Amino acid sequence: MSEAIQKQIKLYLIIGLALFVGTVLTVWVADLKVAIMTGIVIAVVIASIKSFLVAGYFMHLFHERKLIYQVLLLTAVFIVVMIGLFIFAFGDQQGAHHGIFNVPVKHVTPADAGHGAAAHDASAPAHHE
Amino acid sequence: MATDTHHHNEHHDEPSWIRKYIFSTDHKTIGIQYGLTALVFLFFGFCLMMMMRWQLAYPGQALPYLGKWLGEARMPGGVMSPEFYNQLGAMHGTIMVFLGVVPLAVGAYGNYLVPLQVGAQDMAFPKLNMSSYWVYFIGGVIMFASFFVPEGAAQSGWTSYAPLSIIATPAQSIFRGQTMWLLGMVFLITSSLLGSVNIIVTIIQLRAPGLTWMRLPFFCWAQLVTSFLLLLAFPPLEAAGVMQLMDRLTGSSFFMPSGLVISGKLWPGSGGGSALLWQHLFWFLAHPEVYVLILPAMGIIAEIIANNTRKPLWGYKALVWASALLGFLSFVVWAHHMYLTGMGTAISSFFQTTTMLISVPSIIILTALILSLWGGSIRFTTPMCFALAFLPMFGIGGLTGLPLGLSTSDIQLHDTYYVIGHFHYVVAPGTIFALFAGVYYWFPKITGRMMSEKLGKWHFWGSLLFMNTVFMPMFIQGMAGMSRRMYDGGEAYLHNQHVLGYNRMIGMGAWGLGLVQLFFIVNFFWSLKFGKKATDNPWEATTLEWNTPTPPPHGNFTKIPTAFRGPYEYSLPGSDTHKDYYPQWEPDHVVKKENK
Amino acid sequence: MSAHIEIPYNVDERPDTGLYNAKLGVWLFLASEVMLFGALFSSYVLLRTGADSWESGHQILNWKLAMLNTFVLIGSSVTMVMSWSALKMKNLAKFKVYMGLTFLCGVGFLVIKSIEYHAKFEHGLLPNRSTFMAIYFTMTGLHGLHVIGGMIVNGYLLGPGSKMWLTEPQRFTNRIEVAGLYWHFVDLVWIFLFPTLYLLPGK
Repeated sequence: MSEAIQKQIKLYLIIGLALFVGTVLTVWVADLKVAIMTGIVIAVVIASIKSFLVAGYFMHLFHERKLIYQVLLLTAVFIVVMIGLFIFAFGDQQGAHHGIFNVPVKHVTPADAGHGAAAHDASAPAHHE
Repeated sequence: MATDTHHHNEHHDEPSWIRKYIFSTDHKTIGIQYGLTALVFLFFGFCLMMMMRWQLAYPGQALPYLGKWLGEARMPGGVMSPEFYNQLGAMHGTIMVFLGVVPLAVGAYGNYLVPLQVGAQDMAFPKLNMSSYWVYFIGGVIMFASFFVPEGAAQSGWTSYAPLSIIATPAQSIFRGQTMWLLGMVFLITSSLLGSVNIIVTIIQLRAPGLTWMRLPFFCWAQLVTSFLLLLAFPPLEAAGVMQLMDRLTGSSFFMPSGLVISGKLWPGSGGGSALLWQHLFWFLAHPEVYVLILPAMGIIAEIIANNTRKPLWGYKALVWASALLGFLSFVVWAHHMYLTGMGTAISSFFQTTTMLISVPSIIILTALILSLWGGSIRFTTPMCFALAFLPMFGIGGLTGLPLGLSTSDIQLHDTYYVIGHFHYVVAPGTIFALFAGVYYWFPKITGRMMSEKLGKWHFWGSLLFMNTVFMPMFIQGMAGMSRRMYDGGEAYLHNQHVLGYNRMIGMGAWGLGLVQLFFIVNFFWSLKFGKKATDNPWEATTLEWNTPTPPPHGNFTKIPTAFRGPYEYSLPGSDTHKDYYPQWEPDHVVKKENK
Repeated sequence: MSAHIEIPYNVDERPDTGLYNAKLGVWLFLASEVMLFGALFSSYVLLRTGADSWESGHQILNWKLAMLNTFVLIGSSVTMVMSWSALKMKNLAKFKVYMGLTFLCGVGFLVIKSIEYHAKFEHGLLPNRSTFMAIYFTMTGLHGLHVIGGMIVNGYLLGPGSKMWLTEPQRFTNRIEVAGLYWHFVDLVWIFLFPTLYLLPGK
C-alpha cells in the first residue's frame, strides 16, 4: 500500500516540475515575435496542458467517478454556451462601430451635449460585417 | 466504524435554547427559520407594493397617515416623491424574488422536506445549512437597512441596469442603497450556492434504501433541478455584482461606455465599458431564476394533486424529463429580455427559437398535472383549491409570455405593463398560490395541528378574486402602450389616457388582496394554538415525510425507512376498500395482507 | 430530543455513486466557481475585443513578481498533495509539515501580491484608469480572496481541526482531500489568470 503511495509521490513531484517548466515556457512564448493570435493559441495550449496535469493528477480527476465527470461536463457545456453566446451577441450587434463600448460623439462640450443624440448617428462610421 | 464514537452522547444532553432554536443545525428548524423570515419579507415587499399602487391610483395625492410618518424626504407633504417611488419599485421586486419567494420555496420547503422525503436524518451538511440561513439573514438585513441610508434604497429597478445604477445616488461609499443592494446580493447568492450544494448532495447521496431515482417524489426532482440552476446560473451575476461594486466604489468603467454625457457634462471616468455586458450577465442568471421560482411550486402542486385526487400522477416520467429539459434550456434563452437593445437578427432568431422551445417542457408539465385530475376522486381541501387554481393561473402566465418571447410582438410590449401582468401571473397566483397550498398541506406535519378549512377557503377565494383584479387589467394597459416604472401611473402620455382608470381598480384589488391575507395570518397563528390536533398522516399520503412522528423529532426517523414502491401509489387496481393508498414505507407483505 | 444524527457516507463511499458526500459537495462548489471565474474571463474577452485600445499587461504590470507567484502557488499545490499523501501513510507529523508549508506558500503569495498592489497604487495605476486595470484588480482581487479563504480552511485543518485525526482518521483524511481539491482549483485559476493578465500584449 505504501509503495503505491511512494510512486504517487514521485509522480506528484514530476508533475510539479512539469508545471514549473510550463510556466517558464509560457513566459518565453510571450516574448516571441509571433502574431498575436498565434501567441494566444500557444499560451492557451500550454495553460490547458498545465491545468490538465493539475486537474488530472493533483485533483485525482483521471481516476474519478462517473458522476463527477457528468457534473463537470454539464458545467463545461454551460461555460462554453455562456462565453459563446456572449461573443455571438456582442458580435451580432446593430448600430455604430463599437457602438456598445463607445457613444461616438466627437466634439463634446456642454453646448454639444444637447445635440448628443444627433451627433451619435452623424459620427458613426460606415459599418459592415 | 464511525458509529462507535457517538455512544458517548447517548445520555441525551439537551442543547441550549440558542443551539436549539437560533443556531440549530437541524434542517427542520432551519427550514422554519427560512420560512418565517421569508414570510416576513413577503409581507414587507407586499406593503411596498400597496404604497406604490396608491401613488398610481391617485397620482400626486397625499397618502393619509403613512405619508406623514415616512418623513419629508420620502413623502414631501405626504405625497410620494419620484425617488421614493423608484425605491419602492426596485426593492419590491428584489425583496419578493430574492428575500421572499426563493427562500420560501427552496430554503424553507426544500430544507424541511427533502431530507424527510428521501428518508434521511438530516441534510448532508447540517452545519453548512445553518450557515446558509444566517448568510441569507445578513443579506436580508443589509437590503432592509438600505432604506435608511442617505438617498434611500436602490432605485434602478430590481435589474440594476447600468449606467443608471452606477450614476444614481453616486458616492464612493458603502452607505448608498445601490451599493448595499450589491453587497446584499453577494450575501444572498452565497447563501443560495451553499444551500444548493447541500440539496443536491442530499438527494444524490442520502436516499434511503429502495428509493431509486424513479421512485423519488416529483417534489424532490423539482428541488434537484432548481438547485442545479442556482448553482450554475448565480455565479455570473455574482461576478457582475462585484464589477458593479467596483464601478460604484472605485470609479472603474466595466459598464460605463466612453463619451457618456450626463446632465450636460462628460462623465469623467475612463470609459470603454459596456452597459450591455451588465445586462447579459444579469439575465444569464435572472432567466434561470424564474425557473427557480416556478419549479418548486410545480413540485408542491404535484404532491398535493396526487394526494387529493387519490390517484398516481399522470406521466411521472414525462414530468421528470420535462423538468430536466426545462432546467437545461433555461440557460440559453436569457436574451429574450434584451430584444430592444439593438441585437442583430441572427442572435435574435437564436433566442426566439430557444424561447419557443422552452415552452414545450413547460406545457408538458402543466398538461401532466391537468391530466392527473382526470378520473380522480377530488377532495376540495384548501391546499387542493390553491393547487387547482394554480393550473389556469400558470396557464395564463405562460401563454401571455409567448408574444414577449417573439421579438416582433415584443417591440410593442417590452417594458410595458403587459410584462408586469405576465410575470406576476406566473409568480403571484402561480408560485405564491403553490406556496400557500404547501403551507396548508404540511402545516399539520410541522406543527401537529390542522389549519381551519373555513378560514382557508375565505383566504383562497379572496386571493383568487383579487389576484385577477390586480393583474388582468395590466394586459390591457400594456397593450395600450403604458410603460412600466412610471411614477405618475402613465398620466403624462396621451396613449395611456383611456386605460388610466384601471389604476384605481388595480389599487383596490391590491388593497383587497392585502386584506384577505388576514384570513391566512389569523388562521396561521390561531391554528398553532387551537387547531384540531393532527394525526401523523392526516391527508393519508404516501411519501416518506408522513412516516414520522408529528412533529418530526431531531433525526426524523427512529429507524431509516426503506422505500418499497413509487411515491404515488393511490387506488391501485385490486386494492381493498378500506384503504385507497399504499405508502412508500410499508413493506409488501403488509400491503399483500391488506389485499386479502 | 438530541438523538445523535448519523449522516451516512461521510467516510465510506455510497456504493452506487462511489463517492463520499464531501467530495461530491466540493466538486459541485468548484463547478460554481468555474462559472464565476468563467464569467470574469468572458468579460475580459468582451471588454478587450470591444476596446479601441488595450493596455499591455506585459508592460505595465509586474510580470516577474507574478511569475514568482505562479511558482509559489504551484509549489503550494505540490505541498498540499503531499500533505494528503502523508495522511494516507498515517503520518500526522509529515502532514503537519506539508500543510504548514502550504500555508506558508499562501502567505508568500499574499505578501508578493500586496507588494504588487502597493506599487500599482503608488504609481496611480488604479481601477478607474482603464478597463484593463479594472479587470486586473477585480480578477486578481477575487482570486486573492479565494486564496485567503483557502488559507483559513487549511489553517483550521492544520490547527484545531487536526484533532479529528485522533477520533476519525479516515474522515479527517477525506477533509484534507477536499480542502486540497479547492486549493488546486485556486492554483488552476491562477494558471489561466497569469498569462491572460500579465503576458498578453496590448492593442
